[in-house]
Amino acid sequence: MSKLVSSIQEAIEKSGLKSGMCISFHHHLRGGDYVLNMVMQAIADMGIRDLTVNASSLFDCHMPLMDHIRNGVVTGLETDYVSGGIGRELSAGILPKPVVFRTHGLRPSDIATGKSHIDVAFLAAPTSDEMGNCTGKCGPSACGSLGYAMADAMYADKTVIITDNLVPYPLEKQSITEDYVDYVVKVDSIGDPKGIVSGTTRMPKDPVALRIAAYAAKAIEASGLLKDGFSFQTGAGGASLAAASYLKDIMLKKGIKGSFALGGITGYLVEMMESGCFEYLQDVQCFDLKAVDSINRDPRHIEISALHYAGPTAKSTAAQALDVVVLGATQMDVNFNVNVHTNSSGYIMGGSGGHTDVAACAKMTMIVAPLSRARMSLVVDRVNCISTPGSSVDVLVTQYGVTVNPARTDLLERFKEWKLPVYDIHELKEIADGLNGMPDPNPNRGDRVVAEVLDRDGSILDRIYQVL
Amino acid sequence: MRRTMLFLPGNNPNMIVNGGLLGSDSIILDLEDAVSPDNKDAARNLVAQTLKSLKFPGCEVIVRLNGLDTPYWKDDLKKIIPLKPDVVMPTKVSGKEYIETLDAAMTEIEEENGIPVGTVKILALIETAAGVEHAYDIACASKRMTGVFLGAEDLTADLRCARTKEGGEIAYARGRLVCAARAAGIDAYDCPFTDVEDTEGLEKDTRLAKSLGFSGKAAINPRQVDCINQVFSPTAAEIEYAKEVFKAIEEGKKQGKGAVSLRGKMIDAPIVSRAATVLDMAEKLGGGIPE
Repeated sequence: MSKLVSSIQEAIEKSGLKSGMCISFHHHLRGGDYVLNMVMQAIADMGIRDLTVNASSLFDCHMPLMDHIRNGVVTGLETDYVSGGIGRELSAGILPKPVVFRTHGLRPSDIATGKSHIDVAFLAAPTSDEMGNCTGKCGPSACGSLGYAMADAMYADKTVIITDNLVPYPLEKQSITEDYVDYVVKVDSIGDPKGIVSGTTRMPKDPVALRIAAYAAKAIEASGLLKDGFSFQTGAGGASLAAASYLKDIMLKKGIKGSFALGGITGYLVEMMESGCFEYLQDVQCFDLKAVDSINRDPRHIEISALHYAGPTAKSTAAQALDVVVLGATQMDVNFNVNVHTNSSGYIMGGSGGHTDVAACAKMTMIVAPLSRARMSLVVDRVNCISTPGSSVDVLVTQYGVTVNPARTDLLERFKEWKLPVYDIHELKEIADGLNGMPDPNPNRGDRVVAEVLDRDGSILDRIYQVL
Repeated sequence: MRRTMLFLPGNNPNMIVNGGLLGSDSIILDLEDAVSPDNKDAARNLVAQTLKSLKFPGCEVIVRLNGLDTPYWKDDLKKIIPLKPDVVMPTKVSGKEYIETLDAAMTEIEEENGIPVGTVKILALIETAAGVEHAYDIACASKRMTGVFLGAEDLTADLRCARTKEGGEIAYARGRLVCAARAAGIDAYDCPFTDVEDTEGLEKDTRLAKSLGFSGKAAINPRQVDCINQVFSPTAAEIEYAKEVFKAIEEGKKQGKGAVSLRGKMIDAPIVSRAATVLDMAEKLGGGIPE
């Protein structure tokens, strides 16, 4: 028996895909992905229409999808994150019904519970055998972890693996196993390695980012959570990465041995593990070549599924074991609500990803961001879109110092004890307004809802409106 | 306390707006070398607006002026002095006449604007061989004088020698400036270390400056600030010793002793003065970054 079929078209035919169904994709090939476009073109050529696409994230390399939306091949979109080019189109209102935004944790939960039913999952795999045992850890298009693809493979009615590196059965390293796979397709290339992962994740030199990072690291030290067994997550953004760098210095100086770092893993976190700051890395997604290399060779670098990472219906998750998470924000309001979905003009340019999940779970959730970007204030009266509710956010760190959610008086006391500069959120807003002036709120906002943002319990957290 | 003086180009709003948050004790808003001739007006206006509308709590503002040999300095003063920066920094100061000319012009503007004469201080940048030789006269040339600052790049050009990281070529100028400043009762500040990637070199050069008697050092990049601050901040041992000095004096008084000793050494006036300086700095450095 072989599951190998000769083309994507044959896989689509055999899967039984029909108009009106839901198909899914993962985003581990990030900006270098060829698979979504190849599959969608084949579907369009076959005359199938009215599909819902559930993609864990979309990047600007997926712009051809916008044409499939315009011509009716795709009429529904569910995702966790979209990049700026796609977001601009969606904000213009090209889809007749609202985009559904989930978190990285809610997506696999909803897939597993059937709330979000997937008829056919088309999953890119950097290496696979002909029965569908596959991995992202090796191959010419290696991307590392396949964490976001696992729920799709397990719960879709039909699962199609698409690879450019077919190896003899059985594949030794199996991220997704054959028991979930229906068909395997070999193509010339699944993606452009340059777009899949960045070569290196560089430390920022921006003095403001470094200042923020230094305060962030000191606040973590002051929180009392930084001790043996410490667990940590941070993003790949400038200030977040720099905060990890300062934290590394503190941990090494004090001889603190952390338990694990979680999340999207960068080479910098790999270095922290290798230098003894952490025992393990729990990896749902690799961000750069160093992380990919590490997950392929180091057994302490553990691949986990998105459900295991942060699924709200999971029996337990890695996110629940987190001490501290450092996250970014495009806007934050005086109630500590964070927006990572839209820019200051109201255009969609992101999404929660795991932001909302880990913020809800970690013992201390810290947002790091400059108080102004290009004369746009970070702190506003009401964010354009609530991506992560203020009840999940404990601390904001800007170049001015720390700002603490009034609910966390314990942290406020600690930070004062450590003589960190402390600002009230309203005070910070006043400084920002003084520097930047007050912009018109959403001058081009239309009345039509173009996206619904779901909270971790599946309720609607906020709505995003069309930009005229 | 002026451990660090961070240079910021006078025509870069992004840098200026965050200038007071980068950890330095002073910022130098530069109208001189960092600004090209066709941008002098824009920089002057931006610096003036900055002085008018931004606050830099806990951070002193110094404005570096264009030289007296340029057509810009008078306009610099007219625009800047009425807005009362803490300090102005004249460049290529070669003798006391330079400071006297500047002082007179500043006095005129202060009087015109109803500002008490002498409000704005002067920190002279000495960067010529003549300036080094006349350092003491310069330091005594005006009541506004708060310090002298060594500019090594221009100085070595004037001396016709190469500028090195080791700094042997400026050893004389360093010693001379510190001596002149201390004799005049003001402070001396060391030149910036220009290789921003060489953190070890920066630390070594800063330690050397401190050992020679400088009160602080200029930084040309915000990444240099923490290192310089750390070197020029009193260490825990220094603070402890300073506390012991005052405790010993106190106990000596109680016991009616005329002379007091600590750790086998007589506590004399210079020891007390140094201990007071250390405790004063420690008091000002309440926390924050760096440790």
